[in-house]
Amino acid sequence: MSQKTNVLQKAGSFLFDNKVMIAFAAICVAAIVLSGSPMTFIVDGVFTRITRNTFTVLALIIPVLAGLGLNFGIVIGAVAAQIAVFCVVYWGFGGFSGMLLSVLIATPLAVLFGYLVGKLFNRMKGAEMIAGLILGYFADGLYQLLFLVIIGGIIPVNNPKLIISGGVGVKNTIDLTGNLKYAIDSVRMVDIVTVLFYVVLAITAIKVVLHLLKKYQLHKGDFILFGVVGLLFGISYIPVIERFLSTDRLGLLDALTAVLIVLAVVQIIKIVKSIWIDKKPAKNLVKPILALLGYGLIFGLTFIPEIENVLLFVKLPVLPFLLIAGLCWFNHKILSTRLGQNMRTVGQSQSVAMASGINVDQTRVIAMIISTVLASWGQLIFLQNIGTFSTYGAHTQIAQFAIAALLVGGASVQKATNKQAIIGVILFHTLFIVAPQAGKQLFDNAQIGEYFRVFVSYGVIALSLAMHAWKQFKKEVQPPTEGIDLGNSALSPMAEKQQILD
Amino acid sequence: MEDQYLLSMNNISKEYYGNRVLKGVNLKVKPGEIHALVGENGAGKSTLMNILFGMPVIYSTGGFEGEIQMSGESTSIDCPHTAMNCGIGMVHQEFMLIPEFNVTENIKLGREIGEPTAFSKIFGNLLDKMNWPQMSRDARKALDSIGMMNIEEYAKVAGMPIGYKQFVEIAREIDKTGIKLLVFDEPTAVLTEGEADRLLEIMRLIAQKGIAIIFITHRLTEVMAVADSMTILRDGEFVARKDVKEINLARIAELMIGRKVDKLVDDSLLRSRDLSDDKIALEFKNYHVDMPGERVKGMNIKIREGEIFGFGGLAGQGKIGIANGIMGLFDTQGDVYAFGKRLDLSKLGEALRNDIAFVSEDRRGVGLLLGESIERNITFSAMQIKDEFLTHIGPIKLLDKAKADQHTRDMIKLLDIRCTGTSQAAGSLSGGNQQKVCLARAITMDPKILIVSEPTRGIDIGAKKLVLEYLTKINREQGTTIVMISSELVELRSLCDRIAIVSEGKVFSVMKPDDSDAAFGLAMAGVREEEAA
Repeated sequence: MSQKTNVLQKAGSFLFDNKVMIAFAAICVAAIVLSGSPMTFIVDGVFTRITRNTFTVLALIIPVLAGLGLNFGIVIGAVAAQIAVFCVVYWGFGGFSGMLLSVLIATPLAVLFGYLVGKLFNRMKGAEMIAGLILGYFADGLYQLLFLVIIGGIIPVNNPKLIISGGVGVKNTIDLTGNLKYAIDSVRMVDIVTVLFYVVLAITAIKVVLHLLKKYQLHKGDFILFGVVGLLFGISYIPVIERFLSTDRLGLLDALTAVLIVLAVVQIIKIVKSIWIDKKPAKNLVKPILALLGYGLIFGLTFIPEIENVLLFVKLPVLPFLLIAGLCWFNHKILSTRLGQNMRTVGQSQSVAMASGINVDQTRVIAMIISTVLASWGQLIFLQNIGTFSTYGAHTQIAQFAIAALLVGGASVQKATNKQAIIGVILFHTLFIVAPQAGKQLFDNAQIGEYFRVFVSYGVIALSLAMHAWKQFKKEVQPPTEGIDLGNSALSPMAEKQQILD
Repeated sequence: MEDQYLLSMNNISKEYYGNRVLKGVNLKVKPGEIHALVGENGAGKSTLMNILFGMPVIYSTGGFEGEIQMSGESTSIDCPHTAMNCGIGMVHQEFMLIPEFNVTENIKLGREIGEPTAFSKIFGNLLDKMNWPQMSRDARKALDSIGMMNIEEYAKVAGMPIGYKQFVEIAREIDKTGIKLLVFDEPTAVLTEGEADRLLEIMRLIAQKGIAIIFITHRLTEVMAVADSMTILRDGEFVARKDVKEINLARIAELMIGRKVDKLVDDSLLRSRDLSDDKIALEFKNYHVDMPGERVKGMNIKIREGEIFGFGGLAGQGKIGIANGIMGLFDTQGDVYAFGKRLDLSKLGEALRNDIAFVSEDRRGVGLLLGESIERNITFSAMQIKDEFLTHIGPIKLLDKAKADQHTRDMIKLLDIRCTGTSQAAGSLSGGNQQKVCLARAITMDPKILIVSEPTRGIDIGAKKLVLEYLTKINREQGTTIVMISSELVELRSLCDRIAIVSEGKVFSVMKPDDSDAAFGLAMAGVREEEAA
């Protein structure tokens, strides 16, 4: 039991567990090298894609945890969003208020659709994925019926910009310039801080009221949150910071610096806490100090001209990234609630969950509603960033691409995390950006790169589903572990831990 | 005197689709008592427990008759949740644990302790934050209270020894507040001896706390070791409620089995052959079958030519695995000889090519092509293996429709298969007629050895008699060696020459059909006669 074999074993199992991701990363690196595109172009493209697509991919996580598998039904959420966008554009709203109106229309629609899909899935347990896929096509058909026939045909709509010249049916593309384009991307940071402050103020006020009504116990965290946000709001009035915050785009370099500063502050607080408050020995300090050194190193790297150029070139829209971060936080937080625990239990075994008194069907429906609503919001972010709304094409592929991205990140039918979603989006879309160029360089034909990425995205889905089926099969056939005599096994959990310590 | 019982189930009857599985059964349990519930497979133990737990299966099939009293008060338990609220808990035979969760999560499954947050105040308690420190303290307490100091509450359940999983299950039931009655359904079936002893100790510990225990088991020695009293069921009927002190093993076994053995088969046909130890039809040497749930672990037995040989024993002991191994449906080890020739069981169809035919216990899964016609079902195997019912035109083989049709008609007549015609789909026949089709197919192979597995499972009494008579008939008239595997001892005893009782994957003992009920009962429970004394 030497340390060496242990490390090797761990490295081996790490490689094995992440084989899809590693293989994909290798393909990406090769394609980047082959394409010969400048890094500024690639990184900028990747961040644009992250802005557009990550939210939708993150919407897939909850159904996976609840045992519903990969939710091909997010198409239906996207459809809800697109109906809302059409309405808002038709009524002539625009800007951020237009976007809020879209959310207000899309959300109840998505809740309704999610509920119906959840009900249907409960009637065909075990076949959710294929049902979701077909349901996506079905929803597409109904959507076409609505947009091609009913709008203009039955509901009179008079708007030559939106409607095909005959007066029946919506045009192929709707230009969002001037109304919803960049409605989220272009929100200024200073406005975000202001709104955030008032929201936290309101929440804190509610908490205080509940506290006074003796229904809720205020604790330290509530005040810290309010303090931090209040401080942020306060310093946004300092002229230099106000000027910095009054733009809507954040340079990648600034963003990176800001993230590093926040992380460093967190680590420093940890160090301070362990020395002066917990008075614990130095062992606890190793990790924070290493982390600090790491941050320093990363910051140092930004001074290398090549990297600096890229970082200076790329500008991020702020609000979409905050929304993505918020969704990651939500996915994380929901797991620490009773609902989250119920979802995990249902996801592991429906029969055990039922025997433990958990309402399995209800839990699954809730998971579907959450996923569908998140998918519709994701589609809104996508459309406002792209700026043109392809009426009959925007939603058709989102499920396949979002699912492929999630799987590339190393997720499976039964397990998915925020990290996997984000890594997946980065890898999958890097390939999307460089594949045509690489194809052109290699075969003098950009179309081949195009074929390649389609082949890869469907291939990844097929492989993952096949592996899932294979695992299921093995589980069914494999015998249960034999009982071991108590005498030997009494040690086993301890022994295992010992090995790790060694 | 009624109120001294914690639980009394009075005069319980239950019908499944016209089949009476419980007939006026009584079950009474005192607080702090370990009460054993014993009976053969199919005696009605599970149905009784399903009624106690208000399982949906009871209510979807028309409910039950009789009355349940908890602490002297009449109670209606109509769903598992009510049972839980009444303080009834169950330690399942198949673990209701989630392997990917840790011990605490499993113990608190569905009963998590939440901490209200501002959100949950507004949107309901589904958004409560989980209070893990409190829950792991509770889990620790429950584990300690059953003496399981060495199970860590934060360890993952996956990879734990089976025994530990069982203890986690028990801890979960103990952790429930107000638990008064705990049902252990065959808890020791999957445990090793050491673990089983530990479990019995824990049961005593729990009973000392005043919690009553219903202990369902086939292992009569364990009943004698740990129980205070017992209820014996047989064929859905209440036989007796006894204190353990006033009874012994042999008597229990007798009460469990005790019934007259009807001669299902005409006596005139019986025992008119000369069976000789020199002429062996089938021989097993150190035979293993890796069939999940029905493992055979090293079986040695010789079956004589012309004999009707029975394999009996409890479910899960391996008797079903014997036949499935020979037919190549599961991996095997060891040697099997048919008429002295070693069979290579890794080749599918090897048994069929050596004149061994098989009627599967899994009629609808393995036995029949449900969507195909009766004719196709009967002639299929013979067509594949023996090239029968085929006309050869050069290299091309065509179905000889007329011949197959004629044969099927003969079979329908011979076995009295109730159907609309030879082309009716097998899936649309009743259970008994499906079984006859299976049998017809096996006979069409004209086998020297016929293996029938659970031939009368789920078929009515008339069909049962016909099937058994026919088996005897082909044995006597054509000298076919018949190996019959059955859970119904009566059936085995009515026509077999010898019966091997299988226990834990091995032949426990080979018995004669006219051995005493007690001897059979003890053998089924895996108890040697000398231990019983």
